[in-house]
Amino acid sequence: MTTTTLEDRERRKAWGFVAPALLWTLAFFVVPFVYMAALSLWSRQGRDIVHVWNLDNYLRFFSESALLRGLTNSLEITITVTILSVLLAYPLAWIIAERVPKRLQRMALILAILPFWTSYVVRSYSWLLVLSKGGVINQALMGIGLIAEPLEIASNRTATVIGFVHFFVMLLTLTIYSNLIQLSPNYRRAAADLGANAFQTFWHVILPLTLPGIMTGAFLTFVLCIGDYITPQILGGNNELVLPQIIMLQIGRRADFPMAAALSIILMLTVTAAYVLCARWLRIERA
Amino acid sequence: MRDIISKSFGWAYLIFIYGFIFLPVAVLVLFSFQDGRLPVPPFNGFSTQWYEAVFADRKLMAALGNSFLVATGSSILACLLGFLAAYALARYKLPGSALQRGLLIAPMTVSYLIIALGLLAVLNAMKIPLSLWTVGIGHVVINLPLCFAIIYASMGDHHINIERAARDLGANDLKVMALVTAPMLMPSILAAFFLSVTFSWDEFIIAFLLSRFDVTLPVEIWSMLRSGLNPKTNAIGSLVFLVSVAVLLVLELALFGRNRKT
Repeated sequence: MTTTTLEDRERRKAWGFVAPALLWTLAFFVVPFVYMAALSLWSRQGRDIVHVWNLDNYLRFFSESALLRGLTNSLEITITVTILSVLLAYPLAWIIAERVPKRLQRMALILAILPFWTSYVVRSYSWLLVLSKGGVINQALMGIGLIAEPLEIASNRTATVIGFVHFFVMLLTLTIYSNLIQLSPNYRRAAADLGANAFQTFWHVILPLTLPGIMTGAFLTFVLCIGDYITPQILGGNNELVLPQIIMLQIGRRADFPMAAALSIILMLTVTAAYVLCARWLRIERA
Repeated sequence: MRDIISKSFGWAYLIFIYGFIFLPVAVLVLFSFQDGRLPVPPFNGFSTQWYEAVFADRKLMAALGNSFLVATGSSILACLLGFLAAYALARYKLPGSALQRGLLIAPMTVSYLIIALGLLAVLNAMKIPLSLWTVGIGHVVINLPLCFAIIYASMGDHHINIERAARDLGANDLKVMALVTAPMLMPSILAAFFLSVTFSWDEFIIAFLLSRFDVTLPVEIWSMLRSGLNPKTNAIGSLVFLVSVAVLLVLELALFGRNRKT
């Protein structure tokens, strides 16, 4: 009899410890999320929200090309960024892991991610200094006489992609490096013993072994990139808006919360679809 | 011969990629000292006038203070809630504990923009005015999963016996937590705290959507961007960068340096 009451008391105590965190998450994450999902099925009329359930916002998304364009722009930019970042980060991670002496590797990594520590907003702004018409690149190219007129490299999709790649190369270098140094050198020795040259070893042994790490990093890049508002807003100009920019337009200028909510749900579904597509390569580590 | 080619190719790649990584930061810092109104070439000469302008800017200094308050306040709360939840879930058998863990981690998988929008919609519907408090609430939402996950992962079973010993000696739960568990887990609690300070300090979209009159530093910098290229933005950006790097170095030496030696 006493054991059960003791157990009850213990359990009540445990609930008391976990309750604050659970309630916080429920109140400020789950409830807002459910409310937003409901909001996406209502509509706006003038300044008021009409509480009639319908799919109008979603139907409008697929019929209005300006809105649909936002999603395709987002996908095109995000996929380009993800692929470019992996292609640039892998050799860097590999050189640091294989060619740089052990005692300098930590230093090389810290250097490779140093600009990570500027403010995110300022980092995008600093690319503006480099890419704008009077910026460093244009001035340098005109200075050595390669071009007569400044190039249009800021305020368009190229600038957005450069800004994103800069950020995600740092992130991916970290994840790929940590993957590479976990590989036992025995794999390479075994491949060499069996007669593989350096390229064959890399292609058939090292690359497949690091694929889960690459895919985890690439998925992280995809998620963070497709949901970002700052970089495209600062660097992308006004021609090719991405989904987060269109969401911000809905709540800013048009005060259309139901439409913004619907677009957010679409953004989330896109991320979920990406997750399902690469789930078999993803290996989210558990401690 | 082939070795020389591959080696020099490696070096060329390193120079290219480090150049790419450092180019914008170098330009940012260099032109924060520009003696002129435009932070682009030509470099007219060395001047600290823009740093003086930053320190003289009341709004910017207020935003700096606000960011500090929100970052430390929300991180302390996130660590406290995360620690209590991790303690309960690691040390007691609770029904549906896998579900509870999933719920606590869930905000990590949703983009900040969506979390901010949901909170904004609810706050609007309940007619709660926006303030630094609402920004803080949002930042606890994004940092709680992180703090919980880090602290929970470090609560290994090998600590249980020490906690049992403390209990046998008459300590109650709160005493065990405060005097035994927390000190043992201090490295990971501190790691969780500083990581969430970093995230909160640099977070833009939640701070932007959930604040009204008092804003945090990234939001204030954002509104400075509307005036276009401006050496003053370079100066505040360089300051943030230098301070973060300094903090990072101190942490590296104080926290992780010690661990490596033992």
